Amino acid sequence: MASTEIDVKYVAHLARIALTPGEEKKLGAQLGNILGYIEKLRELDVMNVEPTAHAVPLVNIMRADEVRPSLPHEVALRNAPRQANGLFIVPKIVE
Amino acid sequence: MLNQLTISELTATLAKREFSAREAAQACLDQILRMDGKIHAFISYDAADALAQADAADKEIVSGTTHAQKPLLGVPVAVKDVLAVKNQPLNCGSKILGDFVSPYDATAIEKLKAAGAVVFGRCNMDEFAMGSSTENSAFGVTRNPWDTTRIPGGSSGGSAAAVAADECIASLGTDTGGSIRQPAALCGCVGMKPTYGRISRYGLVAFASSLDQIGPFTKNVRDAATLLGVMSGHDLRDSTSVPQPVPDYARALTGDIKGLRLGLPEEYMIGGLDPEVKAAVDAAVKQLEKLGAEIVEISLPHTDYAVATYYIIATAEASANLARFDGIRYGARVDGNDPIELYSKTRGAGFGAEVKRRIILGTYVLSSGYYDAYYLRAQKVRTLIRNDFLKAFEKVDAIVTPTSPTAAFKLGEKSDDPLQMYLSDIFTISCNLAGICGVSVPCGFTQSPKLPVGLQLLGKPFGEATMLRVAHAYEQSTPWHKEKAAL
Repeated sequence: MASTEIDVKYVAHLARIALTPGEEKKLGAQLGNILGYIEKLRELDVMNVEPTAHAVPLVNIMRADEVRPSLPHEVALRNAPRQANGLFIVPKIVE
Repeated sequence: MLNQLTISELTATLAKREFSAREAAQACLDQILRMDGKIHAFISYDAADALAQADAADKEIVSGTTHAQKPLLGVPVAVKDVLAVKNQPLNCGSKILGDFVSPYDATAIEKLKAAGAVVFGRCNMDEFAMGSSTENSAFGVTRNPWDTTRIPGGSSGGSAAAVAADECIASLGTDTGGSIRQPAALCGCVGMKPTYGRISRYGLVAFASSLDQIGPFTKNVRDAATLLGVMSGHDLRDSTSVPQPVPDYARALTGDIKGLRLGLPEEYMIGGLDPEVKAAVDAAVKQLEKLGAEIVEISLPHTDYAVATYYIIATAEASANLARFDGIRYGARVDGNDPIELYSKTRGAGFGAEVKRRIILGTYVLSSGYYDAYYLRAQKVRTLIRNDFLKAFEKVDAIVTPTSPTAAFKLGEKSDDPLQMYLSDIFTISCNLAGICGVSVPCGFTQSPKLPVGLQLLGKPFGEATMLRVAHAYEQSTPWHKEKAAL
């Protein structure tokens, strides 16, 4: 595994979380510590082991392709921080 | 006092019309008024709505509906703040959801209501179920009813404390790495995590989708069996719920465990295990033997890797699941000049420290160049851990362990050391990785201060009936579940 140094600023950007410089410093130390602990998984030989994504292997659950009741428009928008004309209001994306 | 009753005691007295469902709901609300200033098990509750539901239950009882038809008719059940209850607030113990109100019922809630339960209250929790102490809530800490200087466990600490303090008859929690069993142990009640896929997760706000399960907190094992039976079953709205028949769990509680084989994993008697906890668990094993069970030494050789595996898989899944909290469609928003700035500011202001830590760790282990080394490797170790259990279950009917290595610790004791906090889940985490079921039952107390100790039983996939049979036989032959916190 890679070094336990972690570029917190970069990863926080990927995760879309704004951090204060204080948070960055504290998180860097804590995550280094946790990653150091996680290193112990390197002790195991997993060459011929299949990964487990789900404990219960269910695949391709299908249903009939039919319209079923769903939330009314106004109910789905009820919790929106900003909305108008039945739409979510967001900042401008394209110039 | 009606609020102190179990589900079976309360339904018996309601059926005989000795008391009304309204009186039962009122008794719980009165207890909350008396106690919750000290405990803070609830973030909020809607008293008028609870009483209206109770009145409706009373009408049904009068018109002849029986508890055979609706097993929870008139029973007040409190709910962890991570499950959607229509027209009630839903915050997940976080600031980021703002004044969110659920537009629909979770499937588990729908089933409780259909069974006649009075569903009320928002139980406090670690933010997005990330924590082992309920200190990570944006709504303040919950305190342990046995000692208010101590944590109730977590992440479902509010649900556990509410049952232990008799503020409700039973409650719901969720368990991703021990979040039902550990607080149940630390608060001295029964808490069970069903097999992955047993109860639909529809309407449960996802933390780690391959690990999360809903489960009950109750005052005895019989009540846990009742709630499990009501909530279980396949659901078209959750494609990971399993189309397995739901047995009559209460009928499995025969009290007879003669000849059952119970496994004792050698890897669970570790150095960090508190001597008083060890003594209580050793005594419980002797008791199970006395009841006729055969104790078998087993090995779960990859136990030592479970916590590391869990904190890769759970954080990776969380980083994806929590991407939906971006300030666009619901919850609080902090404005920005462009969408990226809006997301970052909203999430920076809305999430607490532990949630940020886990999302960033999860993003890192999934990021380019690290995926194989961390995430894929962890998924492979997960296979090894699951195989350990499947192999053990060829020889035994259930596994016996401590639930938590220590009794309840002090508020603040571990809050600055995330790794130490994670290690407190060492006995509960493997169960979620393996997808099996587990239950914690009271098995004694520490001396001074007097704090509850929990015994964990782990069952085969969809082996809840046998697991609960063992838990029930043990419970009924010991006095521990009858003890109440001196509030």
